[in-house]
Amino acid sequence: MDKSPQPPSECDVAIIGGGPSGLAAATELKKLGVNSVVILEREAEAGGIPRHCAHSPFGMREFKRVYNGANYTLKLSQRAMDQGVVICLNTSVIALHKHTQLTLSTPHGVQTLHAKKVIICTGIRETPRAKRLVSGQRPLGIMTTGALQSMISLKHKRPFKQPIIIGTELVSFSALLSCRSAGIRPIAMLEKNARITAKYGTQILAKVLGIPIYYESELSNIIGKHHVNAVDIVSKKSSFKNRLQCDGVIFTGQFIAESSLLSMSHLKIDPHSANPIIDQFGRCSDSDYFATGNMTHPVETAGYCWSNGIKTAQLVYASLKGRLDCYQQHARITSASADIKYIIPQTIAISSKKNELAGINALQIRVNKALKGRLSIRSGEKILVQKNINTLPERRVELALPELVKNDANASLQLYFESG
Amino acid sequence: MIPTSNHQQNKQNAHCFDIIIIGAGLVGCAMARKFTLAGASVLTLEKGADILDGASKGNSAILHTGFDAPPDSIEQSCIADSYQEFISLRKKLHLPLMKTGALVLAWTDDEAERLDGIIKKAYRNQVQDVELLNATRILNKEPQLANHVKAGVYVPREYVIDPWTTPYVYMRQALVNGAKLNCSCEVLNGEFNGEQWQLKTNQGEFKARTVINCAGLYGDVIDQHLIGSSTFQIRPRKGQFLVYDTPAHRLIHSIILPVPNEITKGVVICRTAFGKLLVGPTAEEQDDRDDASVDSETLQSLRKKGEELLPALADVPINATYAGIRPATEFKDYVINHHQDKHYISVGGIRSTGLTAALGIANYVFKKHTDDTQAYSTPEKIIYPDKLHQIAENETRDWQMRGNKGIVCHCERVTEREIETALHDPHLAPASLDGLKRRTRVTMGRCQGFYCSAKLSEMTEGYFQQAIAENIKQENYNG
Ligand SMILES: Cc1cc2nc3c(=O)[nH]c(=O)nc-3n(C[C@H](O)[C@H](O)[C@H](O)COP(=O)(O)OP(=O)(O)OC[C@H]3O[C@@H](n4cnc5c(N)ncnc54)[C@H](O)[C@@H]3O)c2cc1C
Ligand SMILES: Cc1cc2nc3c(=O)[nH]c(=O)nc-3n(C[C@H](O)[C@H](O)[C@H](O)COP(=O)(O)OP(=O)(O)OC[C@H]3O[C@@H](n4cnc5c(N)ncnc54)[C@H](O)[C@@H]3O)c2cc1C
Repeated sequence: MDKSPQPPSECDVAIIGGGPSGLAAATELKKLGVNSVVILEREAEAGGIPRHCAHSPFGMREFKRVYNGANYTLKLSQRAMDQGVVICLNTSVIALHKHTQLTLSTPHGVQTLHAKKVIICTGIRETPRAKRLVSGQRPLGIMTTGALQSMISLKHKRPFKQPIIIGTELVSFSALLSCRSAGIRPIAMLEKNARITAKYGTQILAKVLGIPIYYESELSNIIGKHHVNAVDIVSKKSSFKNRLQCDGVIFTGQFIAESSLLSMSHLKIDPHSANPIIDQFGRCSDSDYFATGNMTHPVETAGYCWSNGIKTAQLVYASLKGRLDCYQQHARITSASADIKYIIPQTIAISSKKNELAGINALQIRVNKALKGRLSIRSGEKILVQKNINTLPERRVELALPELVKNDANASLQLYFESG
Repeated sequence: MIPTSNHQQNKQNAHCFDIIIIGAGLVGCAMARKFTLAGASVLTLEKGADILDGASKGNSAILHTGFDAPPDSIEQSCIADSYQEFISLRKKLHLPLMKTGALVLAWTDDEAERLDGIIKKAYRNQVQDVELLNATRILNKEPQLANHVKAGVYVPREYVIDPWTTPYVYMRQALVNGAKLNCSCEVLNGEFNGEQWQLKTNQGEFKARTVINCAGLYGDVIDQHLIGSSTFQIRPRKGQFLVYDTPAHRLIHSIILPVPNEITKGVVICRTAFGKLLVGPTAEEQDDRDDASVDSETLQSLRKKGEELLPALADVPINATYAGIRPATEFKDYVINHHQDKHYISVGGIRSTGLTAALGIANYVFKKHTDDTQAYSTPEKIIYPDKLHQIAENETRDWQMRGNKGIVCHCERVTEREIETALHDPHLAPASLDGLKRRTRVTMGRCQGFYCSAKLSEMTEGYFQQAIAENIKQENYNG
């Protein structure tokens, strides 16, 4: 049934996940001359999320032209295979062990794979209804954008005709477009704040399509025994409940790292964001494991993740050559503010000798609500770096990576935010 | 469910069964098994598209010893009997079991004072291996518990079982031994002519010598429709739950039970056979018998309560939320009435222990019934159904085996072969996505269908009464 190769029992670098970042990392490693590079992909085809994005634009960075998601992933996979990357499909990584040993499940059962280095690129997913603790019944017709898009573009099916869209992130508007492509007409979009989360201006799209956006409104109840037939929404402004007839609910965005493999292993994750804990070289708490792509920073575009993959490949190569070994001491950064959603890397590795290897050169920060003020990284009282920001949720905020010296090892650095 | 052909249907309608069971919940499934294995011809009528569509849809999955049941009640005796039978049957029927034990924990001095009473009651109920533990011993056993625990009672033989496979297997065994099951078949009313019952349903009329009402949340309604009155009134009592993701499964070993209290019902923290952890259930009286909706505020408060007792839960994501409805009545005990003159048995108010007690309830009813009618002649051979794909985590799962065709639901590791096997089941195929979930666990994990719904919508096409999605006509498609 599947023509893809069976996973070997040993390789130089094993890459978990064949999305844009995994494919990029694998291709780059081969270009650098690494002998055996294996991608382990649990789906029947490589490509990750863009595989079921029927829409454009993808590929500007990678190919200097625009493709739709499906063709873009075909191109990426082809390029990887041309370089000699082994792509094992229908291969799920089940567990990560010490000494870079992986447990895999394939249609032939369970096996293990031992790699010198492992790169985890398992991507992200959206927050479903249950985790949002939404009230109501649990009928058919409730799903996330990702599920909807794959239903439409891979299976030519639609689960409803008049759903409501929850959220106004970029992906929410992407859901709107996917609906349109399938003859689905959303009744409205719901946003709990007074403005959309996506870049200002994106709301024009809804306007053009004639779909209302209800601001300062939240979903309070889902109704329907077998299939959704209505929802209640409450608005901050009017404070009374409004019942809207609809036949589906699309929960969009609120991306989280698909880090469940890590959470069941010896590797550490940040429990609040679920992001893997990495240093500026992308190394996890077990330094033979690396993580890259969207799982380290929900959410960026495919092109961005592709660049991440290449950068990480170069660092993995350096690590294979022993050039990262002098960075074994770490300082940990924690956030002192509940308004900070996450920061990566969460640890900074410090070299025991002068070394010119550059990893990620900036800290990335995401916030939970609109923030204006000053961000700083401190070690005790001492301010190491700081920056004025004026930002919104889901916007990338960068801060220079503080320069640390040997005796900062094991230091605990604090990320502060002061409004004003 | 593969629809019964008209021809078969007519034959069933004309045939007079020994027993018609109304309702295929936990109790109905065990009842069908008991009477079939004893040699009776049995037809079960279920109004849901699938079995387990009522109260039995959502429970805590604990196999109770009955240590805290009301002494000398029918409930207590059915639990005790059932427990024994379950343990002795489970290997033959391939029913999973997790030997967790339970801790009844006191978090205040007031609760600690009541532990003595719990031990005394356990003794009266013949559960003699209970043990009083102080805080140190409790925390040694369960180091992740909040350290303000005062004391507790250890009940070593309270276990966790698989709440779906268990009744499926009961019903399957009935079916492979010749019983019949009609789903989507609602009993509307009926008449007894002194010898035979004639039940009217939306699928026509069915005849039987004896009717057993196992209609759970509709038990009183069925009584009224068939014998004119009921000795009890159903008072639906909802219980909401949170399901925590796999990492939570490692936080605790035992089932954590509250000290019962008249004013507030504490929550239970309990691992599941599927590698998750439950926090719940609430106990909320409501009028509606079907509305198993969850509500945000209650879920938040459950979360808070759970984190108070097991602080590490704060770092574990919630996978799912659900609610079950207990068929409670105005009485504390089960209400099992045998109307000998009418060849009618009503099994009502199997409130919160039916998963455990179902086998015992079936034995109890069978005994009552055969005291006054001729016993059936036991069949020469009892067939044990084949082993199903195991969905419990402490068993070997299909993804670990050759030829599984690959994993479809990644969170719960459900393979293509498992889904196909369930869909093609000649005895008890699912008729809804919910039914498929209960047989395989698909979409029940952390992503709730993000990765697999597309594939599932394709695989299940044509199998369910209500499809997951419809095909897009070309003219509608601009993708
Ligand atoms: C619904 C949705 C819509 C999006 N739309 C856009 C868009 O329009 N444009 C855009 O630029 N970006 C979009 N994104 C962002 C998207 O995450 C990135 O484009 C890109 O896919 C990230 O690449 P990645 O390699 O990090 O992860 P992914 O593309 O998510 O790839 C991860 C891969 O890992 C595999 N995997 C996971 N766990 C395992 C395991 N245990 N074993 C084996 N394999 C595993 C998965 O099957 C998958 O193929 C969207 C994201 C979502 C969720
Ligand atoms: C929150 C909660 C937690 C629980 N925890 C546990 C536990 O840990 N351990 C334990 O042992 N027990 C537990 N239970 C109890 C157990 O789930 C119940 O006792 C059991 O489900 C009752 O089953 P039943 O067959 O009587 O009712 P039901 O499951 O309601 O079955 C009745 C069936 O009859 C059908 N029906 C109704 N009317 C008609 C009609 N007119 N025609 C045809 N069919 C009809 C319904 O569709 C239904 O399928 C719990 C229950 C709840 C709600």
